[in-house]
Amino acid sequence: MTTIIHPDDAQVTRAVPAKASPAWRARGLSDRSIAWLFVAPTIALLLAINIFPLIWMIRLSFTSLNLSMSYLPLRFVGLDNFRDILTDEDVWDRLQTTARFVICSVALQVFVGFGLALLINRRFRGHSFWTTIILLPMMLSPAVVGNFWTLLFQPQIGPFNYLVSLFTGVPPSSFSMTGEVGLAPWTIVLVDTWMWAPYVMLICLAGLRSIPDYIYEAAEVDRASPWRQFWSITLPMTVPFLMLAVLFRAIENFKMFDMVNLLTSGGPGSTTELVSITLKRAAFEKWRTGYSSALAIILFVTVFGAANIYVKALNRVKQR
Amino acid sequence: MTAVRTSTAHSIVEATPRAKTIAGTLVILYAVISILPLLWIAATAFKSQSDAIAYPPKVMFQPTLEGYVNLFTVRTRQTPDFIAKLPPATTWYDRLVRQHDMVIAGPSKVMPRFINSLIIGFGSTFLAVFLGTLAAYAFSRFKIPLADDLLFFILSTRMMPPVAVAIPIYLMYRQLNLTDTRLGMILLYTAVNVSLAVWLLKGFIDEIPREYEEAALVDGYTRLQALRKVVLPQAVTGIAATAIFCLIFSWNEYAFAVLLTSGDAQTMPPFIPFIIGEGGQDWPAVAAATTLFVVPIVLFTILLRKHLLRGITFGAVRK
Repeated sequence: MTTIIHPDDAQVTRAVPAKASPAWRARGLSDRSIAWLFVAPTIALLLAINIFPLIWMIRLSFTSLNLSMSYLPLRFVGLDNFRDILTDEDVWDRLQTTARFVICSVALQVFVGFGLALLINRRFRGHSFWTTIILLPMMLSPAVVGNFWTLLFQPQIGPFNYLVSLFTGVPPSSFSMTGEVGLAPWTIVLVDTWMWAPYVMLICLAGLRSIPDYIYEAAEVDRASPWRQFWSITLPMTVPFLMLAVLFRAIENFKMFDMVNLLTSGGPGSTTELVSITLKRAAFEKWRTGYSSALAIILFVTVFGAANIYVKALNRVKQR
Repeated sequence: MTAVRTSTAHSIVEATPRAKTIAGTLVILYAVISILPLLWIAATAFKSQSDAIAYPPKVMFQPTLEGYVNLFTVRTRQTPDFIAKLPPATTWYDRLVRQHDMVIAGPSKVMPRFINSLIIGFGSTFLAVFLGTLAAYAFSRFKIPLADDLLFFILSTRMMPPVAVAIPIYLMYRQLNLTDTRLGMILLYTAVNVSLAVWLLKGFIDEIPREYEEAALVDGYTRLQALRKVVLPQAVTGIAATAIFCLIFSWNEYAFAVLLTSGDAQTMPPFIPFIIGEGGQDWPAVAAATTLFVVPIVLFTILLRKHLLRGITFGAVRK
């Protein structure tokens, strides 16, 4: 920020202690009451819509409540739900599916996004226009995206299979991107990358632009090769940004429900059934509220735990 | 102009013209490929039913408004004799429908869904920005005990998987008769959006120098007057950008909408995939709905260009 040297400055600094004087406080509410008055509604809303339901859900997770049989009296079963979930091989299988999806999609997004950021940072003519075009997919509704990609992936009539057959000669109706066990997990990674690589790109671009030119100029004076400059300047200085992008994407993809639910709805079989979809089925199709509350709590703890560890690591990188 | 100077003293960090050309070509190639799916959907909206499911997929076709007409109407199939007996079609869409031996029976549900999206979107955005501005101002200007913990708490509510949040909300709303109501959805989206609003707006308000307000206080303004007459006018851009982010979230949201609404309060995202015609999805109508749904987002993205980075990182990264 620019420093403004102005004759009025002195007056303003003198005005600061006056803030506490009762003379002006009498004219309105005190700062303290304003602060609480302003913060309270937000906190109250979050308590009502997030925290109170969360506590309720913790209570329910110890019960055998099933909404399709809600006439049964509420029965407390202790930790049974948690035991059932953690010993259920299917649940572990879904968690692995989710982990594979998160790792593959985030890795691909980092690769594509960082690459694009490096290219855009060359500041060719019209780069800001094309950047905006590239950013469009991430602003769309994931549900609508999942839905229209099902059209693009239709084996017979969809343009995707047609293009693939045009380039490779494989008959377009011989494979289905959303219907085959071997392809479907990659399909959701592909669509997710299409949507979110721009996100990583935008954050990386900010990282690249934060590197001052003089560092490169100094490296150039020292005759460091472009390769060396990339590894010792560009990459280390972008890493905090990259890690922030990875954190945000990993959390979002761990929670992923909408896009995949509409693209494959977990199928074929359960090959793309991410844990959010399992949760939705347990809670809103089988109506096993007690069981699904327990699963939801396990997911919360996982997200918070992972995010906390990650944020600590991020801070360590920043300090270096 | 400094064109002469740059040609003699070329900056080391500036890419060479050749490097720029290569980078530009690659980026434009990626941009074109990544925008193709959207263009394909926009084109499908103007295809006839048979062109939309033709093999091989048609790039060139006779454009028609059938998709849009089908999106907004409910039609019934009739015998040609019956149609011949009807009074002549008065409007272009009546004529279009009758070519396929159909008669328009009434409007479809798309308008009520669209209106729901608008009411819930604007309602929750207004509330979230209002609450968010107050809280952000307080966090920015006053010493609040445990401020960092409170801010983290506000952000952490956003980390929860929506499906998990929906379970207790569903039970709670059933008790309060808020299931499938616009009010229920507005409250829920406000709660989700307010965390973004607080974080973004705190960043914007932090950037407004305190001196302006302090000068106003010295001039005899109360805190509230200073907020209204000094801070808010300066924060207008930030507030507008935040509002657009909130609006986009509510507009696009699917998980809560599909789990907590079924009819009266249903918004567009859960509705679009279930636009069906005779024998399966009516792709031109789905594409038409998608196009209409996406156009505002494209416009907002262009408007928001400069603030996108801030918005998607909760204000953690600023340019």
